[in-house]
Amino acid sequence: MSTLAARPAEAASASRPTARRPKPRGRYTGWLFVGPFVVVLVAMLIIPIGYALWLSLFRDQLIGGNQFVWFANYAKLFQDAAFWQGFGRVGLFLLVQVPIMLGLALVAALSLDSARLWGTGFFRIAVFLPYAVPGVVAALIWGFIYGNQFGLTGAANDLLGIDLLQPFSPTWVLTSIGNVVTWEFLGYNMLIFYAALRVVPTELYEAAELDGAGPMRTVFSIKLPALRGPMVIATIFSIIGSFQLFNEPNLLKTLAPNVIGSSFTPNMYAYSLSFSGQQFNYSATVAIVMGVITAVIAYVVQVRGTRQENR
Amino acid sequence: MSTLQQPAAGATTPATVTEATTTQRDPRDRSTRASRQRRAGKPVDGRKVKRSGLLTAVMVVFVVYSFAPLFYLLVNSTKTQASLLSTFGLWFGGDFNLWQNIVDTVTYNDGIFMQWLGNTLLYVVVGAGGATLLATVAGYGMAKFQFPGRRAVFAVVLGAIAVPGTALAVPTFLLFSQVGLTNTPWSIILPSLISPFGMYLIWTYAIDAIPTELIEAARMDGAGEFRIFFTIALKLLTPGVVTVLLFAVVATWNNYFLPLIMLSDPKWYPLTVGLNQWNAQATGSGAQPIYNLVVTGSLLTIIPIVVAFLFLQRFWQSGLAAGSVKA
Repeated sequence: MSTLAARPAEAASASRPTARRPKPRGRYTGWLFVGPFVVVLVAMLIIPIGYALWLSLFRDQLIGGNQFVWFANYAKLFQDAAFWQGFGRVGLFLLVQVPIMLGLALVAALSLDSARLWGTGFFRIAVFLPYAVPGVVAALIWGFIYGNQFGLTGAANDLLGIDLLQPFSPTWVLTSIGNVVTWEFLGYNMLIFYAALRVVPTELYEAAELDGAGPMRTVFSIKLPALRGPMVIATIFSIIGSFQLFNEPNLLKTLAPNVIGSSFTPNMYAYSLSFSGQQFNYSATVAIVMGVITAVIAYVVQVRGTRQENR
Repeated sequence: MSTLQQPAAGATTPATVTEATTTQRDPRDRSTRASRQRRAGKPVDGRKVKRSGLLTAVMVVFVVYSFAPLFYLLVNSTKTQASLLSTFGLWFGGDFNLWQNIVDTVTYNDGIFMQWLGNTLLYVVVGAGGATLLATVAGYGMAKFQFPGRRAVFAVVLGAIAVPGTALAVPTFLLFSQVGLTNTPWSIILPSLISPFGMYLIWTYAIDAIPTELIEAARMDGAGEFRIFFTIALKLLTPGVVTVLLFAVVATWNNYFLPLIMLSDPKWYPLTVGLNQWNAQATGSGAQPIYNLVVTGSLLTIIPIVVAFLFLQRFWQSGLAAGSVKA
C-alpha cells in the first residue's frame, strides 16, 4: 500500500484512505486487466516481427536448400533498383500529397472553427464521410471515374476534343493515386484539427481581441500554435500511410497494368515477392526495412515537433 | 478600451475563469462547455459573429469534392451494364435499374455477395469487438492500477503504435502459413484483435473520466474489481469506447491487404476482396464484365458503415476530441 501511494504517477492515490479494505488488491491485480491485451499484442505483433527478422537471415537456394546467410538479403536489398524505385516513388508521394492534404484539412478545420459558416455541423460530417468508405471502394469509384469506358475523364476529353486528361499515363498516375488518398483522409485530418481547436481556452481569444488582434492574427498566433501537437500526429500517420501505400495502386493496377508495375510501391513489391515469387525470406527483408525506415522517420518528426513546441 | 473591457468581463460566464484555474477533470465536460460558450458568440464584446459567404463557399467546394464520387456511385448503381457504358456518368440515364441491380448483386454466383457480407460481419463483430474489449479493459487497467511491469507495457504500446499494420501483414502471413492458420477466418480475426492506439486512447480517457475516489468507494462497499469495471467504469468510458469501437469497425470493415494475402478461398473473402475480384473479372481472358454489380456492391458495402457513423456522431466526436488533444 505504501509503495503504491508513493508512486508519483498515481497522484490521486495520495488521498486514498488507508482504512481497512474488505477486498485488498494485490500488486498484480492490474495484470488481470492488462494481461489479455499484452498476450495478444505479443502473439500478433512481437512474434511476427521476430519471425520476420529470423526469416530475413536465411535464403532458400536451389542448391543447398535453406541456408543461413547473415545479412546477405539486406545487402541485396540495398542494391535492388526495383525496391529503391518504389521507395523513391512513395517518398515523392509523401513530399507532395501529404502537405497538400494536411493543408486542405487545415483550411477546412479553420473555416469550421471560425463560427462564420452556415451549417457548420453539416459541413463537418459531410467532409468527414469519405473516411468511412473502404479504401478499396474509394479506389474502385475513382478508378471508374478516371476510366475511359464509363468514367468522367472520357466524357471530358470528348467534350474538349483532345485527350487532355489522362489519369493513367505514367506522368499522371501518381497524382491520380494521390487524389484518391486525399479524398479518403482529408475529412479525418480535418476533424482531428477541428477537435483540437475546439478546446483552445476561450480566454485566449478574449485576450487576443483585447489586444486588438484581427481574425488572421488570431489564426497565426493562437490557432496554429495550438495545432502543433495534432499536426505532428497527423504527419506521422500520413508518413506511415504513404510508405505503406498498397491498396489504391494495387486496385488501379487492374486499370493501368502497363503503368503500375508489381514493384510500384515497396509494399506491393513485398507482396509480389511473397505471392508471385515465393521469395519469402527476401519479402520479409523488404517488410522489415520499410518498417524500420517508417519508424525512424516518424520518430524524427515526433522529436522535432515536440522540440519546437518547447522552444 | 475600458468600455470594451467592461462587457467583456460580463459576457463571459464564470465558468471561463474556473476553467482556467481548476484542472480540467472530465474532457467531455470541458469540450461541451467550451463549445456551448463558443456557440453563444465568440467575440467578447457581445457582437454576433458575422457569417462569411466566402468561407461557406470554400466549405461548399470541400463538400462537393467529398460527395461527387459518392453521388457518382449512387447514380451509376441505378444503371444497367449497357447504359453504364452509354450514358453520361454524373447523371441518371437509361432505365432505373437499382432494384434489379441489388437483386443481381446478392444472387450472382449463388449469392456469394451475401457470403462475403456474412464474413465481413463475422470479422467485424469478433475482430473489432474483441479489439475494443481488450483495449478498453487494458486501458482501464493502465489508468487505474499500479503493477510491476507497467512501464514496460507503456513502452511496448508506444512502440506498437508506430508499427504500421500493413508492414505486419507479410510477417504475420509467413508465421500463419507455418502453423496452418492461413485461409481460415482466424487469419483475419487474430491480427485484428490488437489495437494499441485504441488502448492508448482509452487509457488517457479513463484517467480523467473515472474518478479514483469512485472506485475507492465501490471497493469500500465490497465490490470486486471486475464488478467495479463492468458496472461503474464502463458507463463512464462510453464515449471513448464508442470511438475506439467505431474506428476498429472501420479498420476491419475496410481491411483489404490482410485478407488479400491470407485468404485464397473466395468463400472466406470479405466484401473488399470480393468486390475487387469482381472488378478484375472484366480483364484477362474470358472476361465477363459485371461493372453494374461492382458498382451496386460498392454502394451496399458503404451504406452500413456510413449509417453507423451518422448515428453514433455524438459519441465518437467527443471521444475523438478527448483523444486527439491528449495524444
